[in-house]
Amino acid sequence: MSLPKRIIKETERLVAEPVPGINAVPHDDNLRYFDVTIHGPAQSPYEGGIFRLELFLPEDYPMTPPKIRFLTKIYHPNIDKLGRICLDVLKGNWSPALQIRTILLSIQALLGAPNPDDPLANDVAQRWKEDEPAAIQTARDWTRTHAMV
Amino acid sequence: MSSDDEFMSDQMSDDAYGDDDDSLGEEFDEDDDQDFDDGKEDKPSRKAYEVDFKVFSDEQIRKSQQSQVEEVSSILGLPGEQCAILLRHFKWQKDRLIEKYMDGGEEVLEEAGLGQSYDTLPRLEKVRGFACDICCDDERGLDTYAMKCNHRYCVNCFRQYLESKIKDEGEATRIQCPSEGCSRIVDSKTVDLLVPAEVDNRYKELLNRTYVDDRPNLRWCPAPNCEYAVDCAVRPAQLHTIVPSVSCRCGHNFCFGCGFSEHQPCPCSLVKKWLKKCEDDSETANWISANTKECPKCISTIEKNGGCNHMTCRKCKHEFCWVCMGPWQEHGTSWYNCNRFEEKSGSEARDQQAKSRASLERYLHYYNRYANHDHSAKLDKDLYVKTEKKMTTLQSSSGMSWIEVQYLEAASKVLQQCRQTLKWTYAFAFYLERNNITYIFEDNQKDLEMAVEQLSELFEKPTDQLANAKKEMMDKTAYVNNRRIIVLEYTATGLAAENWKFTVDLK
Repeated sequence: MSLPKRIIKETERLVAEPVPGINAVPHDDNLRYFDVTIHGPAQSPYEGGIFRLELFLPEDYPMTPPKIRFLTKIYHPNIDKLGRICLDVLKGNWSPALQIRTILLSIQALLGAPNPDDPLANDVAQRWKEDEPAAIQTARDWTRTHAMV
Repeated sequence: MSSDDEFMSDQMSDDAYGDDDDSLGEEFDEDDDQDFDDGKEDKPSRKAYEVDFKVFSDEQIRKSQQSQVEEVSSILGLPGEQCAILLRHFKWQKDRLIEKYMDGGEEVLEEAGLGQSYDTLPRLEKVRGFACDICCDDERGLDTYAMKCNHRYCVNCFRQYLESKIKDEGEATRIQCPSEGCSRIVDSKTVDLLVPAEVDNRYKELLNRTYVDDRPNLRWCPAPNCEYAVDCAVRPAQLHTIVPSVSCRCGHNFCFGCGFSEHQPCPCSLVKKWLKKCEDDSETANWISANTKECPKCISTIEKNGGCNHMTCRKCKHEFCWVCMGPWQEHGTSWYNCNRFEEKSGSEARDQQAKSRASLERYLHYYNRYANHDHSAKLDKDLYVKTEKKMTTLQSSSGMSWIEVQYLEAASKVLQQCRQTLKWTYAFAFYLERNNITYIFEDNQKDLEMAVEQLSELFEKPTDQLANAKKEMMDKTAYVNNRRIIVLEYTATGLAAENWKFTVDLK
């Protein structure tokens, strides 16, 4: 099966004009499967961490959103322990005009602005609301142990 | 100007039912040409437990949508497509739409995802130097399409986008422009233009469905493959005072309030509670707590099936007293005669157990009867087939004509109906408080049940005796039917007047 022009163009652009702090490289044997790394944004508890993610473009991409999951352990109210991400643009608000780069930017922004009111990991979100400084400290600790190698 | 419009909209809403009926009545010459409100007065014989309703076909629903769109279109002076989107946005509350639009048209259009200017003629265009943002195709002479928001994509991507929304997501009224963050709603002219007929049909079907879903007075018949919708004026807020059973043209009887199959006299909320109770294994837990105790040490569940109070747990070998649950050693010399029995903690535990047992028995009493009638109701089909056979044999053996054996079919129908009613009287009774009207209700229930069993017994007779029992059977059928009406009338009037006292909250 040939790769759609859209995916080729997007991949080319990701290489030619990379987004600062984000790196996405397709696998040689499967050009729909990307290894992604995102740098934790500055002034966030994830600062200094490099988070690995996997990204897959399904058959009907871009009509359906890409599938993305964190591979690095992360303490975040909108990311569960399997690394699944609760983000509107990955679900109902997906638009075919969005791209891999815009989605990855949204994820980076989510790291900078956790939203405990729309949680995926309930325990984390609850802690985040009850004792934010402690939650942020835990997020920092996890970043140090899991995302700085 | 504004007074003129108000006048018009008032007139329109008054005539709404009449208008629909005129357009429908031509093809379906049932009693549709009556005005809805008059219908109530025309039927003084309506029983307390019956509700007024009308059945509409798919086609009729489409037409009534169309006529409402045209009506609004003529009032607001907007193209039909735009009015359709507005009406859907306002959940088909015509008057509210007209009122709001008169207050501030622009705002309403914006809110419904229409924006300001709106072209009625969508068309494809070829644009020089165009590259599609979705597929990245930039060939020359590519057909492209954009709605008024000017987010332009190639025709293939737009089509694919619409197809995936319609076919995969079942979306119809809220399909937005493919561009990120653009809230413009895709109108049906655009859909017509872009997608193949098969998808377009699906789209129309979905529009129809949301129309019925949006209207509180309409509900699809829940029977499989049935395409009729029922119009009934009962609102969800009234459901604690009325049980609106309706009967679809396909023959399925169901409750307009909850869509469940007919459950008179039991109100919807009780039906829901009852079914949940029956499904839950909370009752299993209830049984366990009534019949078993837990080993104080390893918490294994133990049922005592005989023997003395000196228990030795099979699992952990812990020895304890069944009566006070204390360790056996502490009983000292008063073995086999636990004097701690009278202690407060012991008596509390006993009370708890007795209560739990009583409530379990009460539940089982009602459940067994409910399940029994439910089971009988499930044998309906068998009974019906058997009845037909009996009718044929009876014809040949006794020389009666087809008309003359019709009483058997009538009897079987009444029997089925009564079983259905009886079944739900038990769920109803389970939640009733004990008081005088409950006693009267139970008497009525008993009468109906006895009569039903007698009629049922008559059915069991061999065919050669059936002919002689004709009169008896017809009398019984009439009597049973009467008893059913009495039960339903009594419960329905009580519900309407909110006389019944329930052990749970109905609302």
